[in-house]
Amino acid sequence: MLLFIEQTLNGLQFGLLLFLLAAGLTLVFGIMDLVNLAHGSLYMLGAYFAATFTALTGHFIGGVVLALMATLLVGMAVEVIAMRRLYGRDHLDHVLGTFGLILFFNELVRLIWGPAGMNLTLPSWLNTSIELMPGVHYSMYRLSIIIVSLAVAISLYFVVMRTRIGMLIRAGASNREMIGALGINIKLLFTLVFGAGAALAGLAGLMQAAILTAQIGMGENILILAFVVIIIGGIGSIRGAFVASLLVGLIDTVGRAFLPDVLKLFLSNSAASTAGPALSSMLIYLVMAVILVARPEGLFPAANK
Amino acid sequence: MTDALLRIEGVSKRFGGVIASDNISLEIRPGELHAVIGPNGAGKTTLIGQLMGEIGPDSGKVVFEGNDITVLPTWQRGQLGLARSFQITSLFLNFTALDNVALAVQARSGHSFHFWRDARRLPELRVPARDALARVGLAGREDVVVSNMSHGEHRQIEIAMALAMQPRMLLLDEPMAGMGPEESARLVETLRELKQELTILLIEHDMEAVFALADRISVLVYGRVIASGAPEHIRSNAEVRRAYLGDGKKKAAGGHG
Amino acid sequence: MKTIFTVRNVLVFGLLAFLAVIPAYADVTGNTFIMTLFTRIVILAIAAVSLNLIMSYGGMVSFGHAAYLGIGGYAVGILAFEGINSGFVQWPVAMIACGLFALVTGALSLRTRGVYFIMITLAFAQMIYYVGVSLDRYGADDGLTIYKRSNFGSLINLSNKTTFYYVCLVTLFATMYLVWRLVNSRFGMVIQGARSNDRRMRAIGIPTFRYRLVCFVIAGMMCGLAGILLANQADFVSPATMHWTRSGDLIVMAVLGGMGSVIGPVVGAVALLVLEETLPHIIAVVGHFVTGLEMTAAREYWQLVLGPMLLLVVLYARGGIDGLLRGGRRD
Repeated sequence: MLLFIEQTLNGLQFGLLLFLLAAGLTLVFGIMDLVNLAHGSLYMLGAYFAATFTALTGHFIGGVVLALMATLLVGMAVEVIAMRRLYGRDHLDHVLGTFGLILFFNELVRLIWGPAGMNLTLPSWLNTSIELMPGVHYSMYRLSIIIVSLAVAISLYFVVMRTRIGMLIRAGASNREMIGALGINIKLLFTLVFGAGAALAGLAGLMQAAILTAQIGMGENILILAFVVIIIGGIGSIRGAFVASLLVGLIDTVGRAFLPDVLKLFLSNSAASTAGPALSSMLIYLVMAVILVARPEGLFPAANK
Repeated sequence: MTDALLRIEGVSKRFGGVIASDNISLEIRPGELHAVIGPNGAGKTTLIGQLMGEIGPDSGKVVFEGNDITVLPTWQRGQLGLARSFQITSLFLNFTALDNVALAVQARSGHSFHFWRDARRLPELRVPARDALARVGLAGREDVVVSNMSHGEHRQIEIAMALAMQPRMLLLDEPMAGMGPEESARLVETLRELKQELTILLIEHDMEAVFALADRISVLVYGRVIASGAPEHIRSNAEVRRAYLGDGKKKAAGGHG
Repeated sequence: MKTIFTVRNVLVFGLLAFLAVIPAYADVTGNTFIMTLFTRIVILAIAAVSLNLIMSYGGMVSFGHAAYLGIGGYAVGILAFEGINSGFVQWPVAMIACGLFALVTGALSLRTRGVYFIMITLAFAQMIYYVGVSLDRYGADDGLTIYKRSNFGSLINLSNKTTFYYVCLVTLFATMYLVWRLVNSRFGMVIQGARSNDRRMRAIGIPTFRYRLVCFVIAGMMCGLAGILLANQADFVSPATMHWTRSGDLIVMAVLGGMGSVIGPVVGAVALLVLEETLPHIIAVVGHFVTGLEMTAAREYWQLVLGPMLLLVVLYARGGIDGLLRGGRRD
């Protein structure tokens, strides 16, 4: 039971992290109609920036804030230099161009920080555990990831649903021509949205870096999970991304932890321990397939494009 | 009258709060050219979508040659002999005119799981395709890539493709849309010939063409059929004049239905 | 009439002839590295040709094509590991496995369009990648060594490098010929028509889904063939074979060479892999020439150049190399 609570919390934490990554991806897709594979590179950059800046300043929060700003700037620069030229092209061009960017960023990181990877050291006040209820201890850091991510998710929801810029974003996601007709500075809006998405990805990356390490290519596998999230949630939908992130995070984490044991109920021990890992790593993709059969447009299809 | 080729029975469709089809019932008799007219937004294109199976009606039935086809997928309706032309030109732009029409011939000559022989060298596809192009007046233009052809020629290819399917019935969705007067006149002549041998449902804005060609006319307003009958009957119908023909005299050009 | 002796055609046939004489060249110069490199190039060209079939003719941008390299390779590897070395068993099993995977994932993916399709094919390939990682019995992450190449008895000996190279090359030519026949057949017209205007296809009475699915399966099996050959060449198969960046490489090959022709992906495969080998040297030499400094360290970072190059190809040379040779015209 204790393990179950812990794994559920881990799943929640992982899901929220995925949401930070998927939110930027789905916004960029919804508004600019751009498939950005290099989103994972921004996730990686966030991690490296945080590791560097915390080490340089000797201050955790300060380093994190600097890292977020740096990722935001890099994101905006990438938009102005490269992405802008890809809008309106077909999706194959996006895939190819941003694939090139991944190669570039991976190599750039290797050039600057070396091949070894970097640790992001936590301050002592985060590096403890907390007693959630009698007998249930949980990592303080993971708990703060949950809190920070939730806070970001809520403010993102507020910005998108309640503010003028959010209205533009929603309008853009459902009807791209309309924002042009409103006489809004679209170029600036796009740059800002892309930069914000980059900062969200950077935040996810740096939070993950303290659990694992900052590594070259760290953004790539999780990016594909973020794609799965978007497919399940429906492209362009923030709400869909949120629900699907939690679903994917929970199923993946809890599935990995318990599926082998569950299988042992039905199969022989050795068969279960062979099939278990394979099956649990397939689990979310199977879920995705099932959801696709039922709803090819995802759970929350965005309004018609 | 049970011998109708196509029978639409009480078809209704709403999109959110908008009623696009309001209990429409129509009968298209074999051999007739039946025109459906109506102001923009009357639900004409929605009607065609439902006949072709691209839009499912909320209620009602579509019966073709005695078979209920209400829930059949689009391609099966095509196989049964319902051919349509599109209001907005919808062709294979990177193919030549002949390739386009040959595909339509191919569609009615059995399945296409033939992997080896060069489709562009099969006389059983190319000859009928050439004939169809000639019938709509495009002889000599067969090998031009469609994206390099004019709008009027596109409209002609649309009809040639529908013809090449050797359909039992033709659904023409505003075939004159965007055509100049000369091209329109030529198309009217083509249609006059076609109606000798085919049942045609014509949706059109060009009143001159409609009254020149139609055996019967139905008037659609706000998704409802407000009148149906011979052209003289429609011309003299007070309700139709009020709802529609008032601006029809100015000859509406193109636009969505 | 157009002459067939265009610059493009001469170069294309030059390239094919060049591929045919590689073993002789290697033999004369004693350069075995070039044999290894070009065997690899030829094999990956098969994969790129198969991807090109669905991608440029069928409009199905699959970002999971490397999965078939892995499935084909693992089928060979696992059978060999379990003591079944006969190629007459291994190869059909591998191709059937690829066909089945393509059938199931294709049936699901083809319900969707555009970006969804790209992402879903990517996700399914990632799934099979993780399955590879979790196969503890077959080496998991570290991969599986294949101690004996597929055995075709006295018919053909795959362990001979020259023989193996020609097997690969003949397979490549056969695949190209097959794709060429396919895209010009009635089936091919349907596939291309469905890419161009699916709605119209259905209106003229053609159920496009089943044709697209069959095309997807054919491409998967062709790529499986490349997977079989790749495993035999490396005597090894690992999850890395089907990593998603591999799928990206295949797309790069198809686009770099030029979509819309059967030869394009072959040109792309040669160009990309030769570039990967030579770019480090080029960087060092050009760097030395420009800066006057010793630039050997810069060799390592050749992807720093390759990445933006891809972006530039996308932006300014969309027809790929073949497109440039045809003078920018695409048909």
